[in-house]
Amino acid sequence: MIDFKLPSLGADMDEGTLLSWHVQPGDRVKRGQVVAVVDTSKAAVDVEIWNDGVVAELKVAPGEKVPVGTVLATLREVGEMTESGPARQTQPSPVITRHPVSPLARKRARELGIDPDAVSGTGAQGSVTLADVEAAAQVRPAVTGKPAEPAAVDRQKEMRRAIAAAMSRSKREIPHYYLSETIPMALALAWLQERNKDLPITERILPAALLIKAVALALQRTPQLNGFFRDGAFQPSSTVHAGVAISLRGGGLVAPAIHAVETLPLMEVMSTLGDLVRRARAGSLRSSEMSDPTITITNLGDQGAEAVFGVIYPPQVALVGFGSMALRPWVNSGKLHALPLLTATLAADHRVSDGHQGALFLVELRDLLQKPQTLAQACTTPEEPCRNPP
Amino acid sequence: MGRRMSYREALREALREALQADPRVFLMGEDVGRYGGSYAVSKGLLDEFGPERIRDTPLSELGFVGAGIGAALGGMRPIVEVMTVNFSLLALDPIVNTAAMLRHMSGGQFSVPIVIRMATGAGRQVAAQHSNSFEGWYAHVPGLRVLCPATVEDARAMLAPALADPDPVLIFEHAQLYNLEEELPDADIVSVDIRSACVRRPGNDLSLITYGGSLQKSMQAADTLAGEGISAEVIDLRVLRPLDEVTLMVSVRKCRRALVVAEAWRSGSLAAEVVARIAEQAFFDLDAPLARVCSEEVPIPYARHMEEAALPQVAKIVAAARALMGRTP
Repeated sequence: MIDFKLPSLGADMDEGTLLSWHVQPGDRVKRGQVVAVVDTSKAAVDVEIWNDGVVAELKVAPGEKVPVGTVLATLREVGEMTESGPARQTQPSPVITRHPVSPLARKRARELGIDPDAVSGTGAQGSVTLADVEAAAQVRPAVTGKPAEPAAVDRQKEMRRAIAAAMSRSKREIPHYYLSETIPMALALAWLQERNKDLPITERILPAALLIKAVALALQRTPQLNGFFRDGAFQPSSTVHAGVAISLRGGGLVAPAIHAVETLPLMEVMSTLGDLVRRARAGSLRSSEMSDPTITITNLGDQGAEAVFGVIYPPQVALVGFGSMALRPWVNSGKLHALPLLTATLAADHRVSDGHQGALFLVELRDLLQKPQTLAQACTTPEEPCRNPP
Repeated sequence: MGRRMSYREALREALREALQADPRVFLMGEDVGRYGGSYAVSKGLLDEFGPERIRDTPLSELGFVGAGIGAALGGMRPIVEVMTVNFSLLALDPIVNTAAMLRHMSGGQFSVPIVIRMATGAGRQVAAQHSNSFEGWYAHVPGLRVLCPATVEDARAMLAPALADPDPVLIFEHAQLYNLEEELPDADIVSVDIRSACVRRPGNDLSLITYGGSLQKSMQAADTLAGEGISAEVIDLRVLRPLDEVTLMVSVRKCRRALVVAEAWRSGSLAAEVVARIAEQAFFDLDAPLARVCSEEVPIPYARHMEEAALPQVAKIVAAARALMGRTP
């Protein structure tokens, strides 16, 4: 029997609400199959299963809020026998679970105008305590009066709280250092324009995809920026799962991953990016995308910020930021030119890397973006044949 | 200046003083005279006060407790020693139906000024039939006052006010406490109040509510918890009936969490009563579920390791306290 547990869908997630099941007891499931939808503080996420098998029992009913690690369902391995005798058809009894809030915390929350059900608990049995409520009150000002749309407001509050928790942890634990580099984009833009010229919109590639690909390749040279800092040690990642910061309508953001970017053809980076943005805003991200980015890339160029100095998303160790691309003065061989320039920044964890490595990364990134055709071609790993159309 | 003595010596000194102070006082029970008491509490008293006042009785709790009640009705001030609470079940009828209720049944014409002492509790490898903690059963009954001295001071000073009470008073002495030695804070103390619970150790995070043989374990647990940054307030109930709700609620409202530690089984127990009263009176001041550490619901085993496993222990108290604080065990 295999336990299928609620995975952590990001460092700031400690619980989730099961919204629906896509499977029933007796169904055969395959590794990677979406079996449930779970509401995190940020989004509804399609949760994939990591084993082949047959669903034995669903342990959590839709609507239940459970901590990360809770067994959601049990699976029989393929070939595993059921107990002798006719299989019992267990009728899942309707389970009513409340978010545990101590009486004192509930009373205090009412006084403070805080929704105690939106506060995460640190007390006995995971309950919300007086201290949790008072800490939550410190983070956000009291809301007075009745919220107009409780559900929507709660999601907003939860997202804010989740971001607050992750970013506070980051600034508390990670000694950031920051570097920036101005990158001429004339060659890259010209190449993209040429490539996209006769293609329908659906097949065009935007600069964002090129930047993501360039980051992944530049990281090959500075592996100290790609991976996780856990239990006091750096765990480098052999592949680049690039978390792409996507701001959501109505506030907040998520950073789901494009997996193994260094192995993907540029067009696939582009299509995956488009797909992620669409699904992030529709609220249907997959659990694997939420849980494992090895670095985050944020691009605030569209909004007009010239440069972004980001806060690392723990347990990652670096964040790459891109500002706006605009015609700016550039001196080349003693002459002044007006060129499209882009400011790339790096926020990195000083426990893992030093400014020297960070600078090497930015230089590599700059150089790669001067050779856009190599970015388009670089899509193979020794194990995997190129999937780029010839 | 303080004076160091054992719990047993304190009880004996209190008995001697009572016998000296009031000619109506006499001690009666199995082996209290020639043998000096099963727990050697009355050793030497027969020589000092003679067989009229230190009376050995036959093996009949029903008989000699009833005789004690009759003597009390007749104007005497009897102190009846029942060897242990286990055998007191044979005297439940005179204690509950007669001593506790006669004032009510007689419309206030008769009172029963008897003091009944008995040993209680487990932990000495004397097996199930000699290891019960039934003091909570007596605390169920209106008309009785139930005392549980857990310190040498209370052992020394609870008898005089118990004798002064015009109604029946039961005193439960945990059998593991007789050898406890402590300094008397006041060497000349002869009387304490028998109405109040007592804060034995102040704290802020958690009320550890206990009595009798579990007080020492709770104090040790509080020490351990202090090392982990958890400040436990230890409340000694002292008086199991009537319960001092004021002291309890003041502590629980301050600490916001409560753990009751008692050696009796939890089902239908005094621990259950304490938890219920807190839930009734301090619900909105609670920041964690109420919790109890009681004996496992089995007849107390004879084998040492099994007996230890069945009873409340310091480690169990510490683990339960950590859980209330949201700490992982």
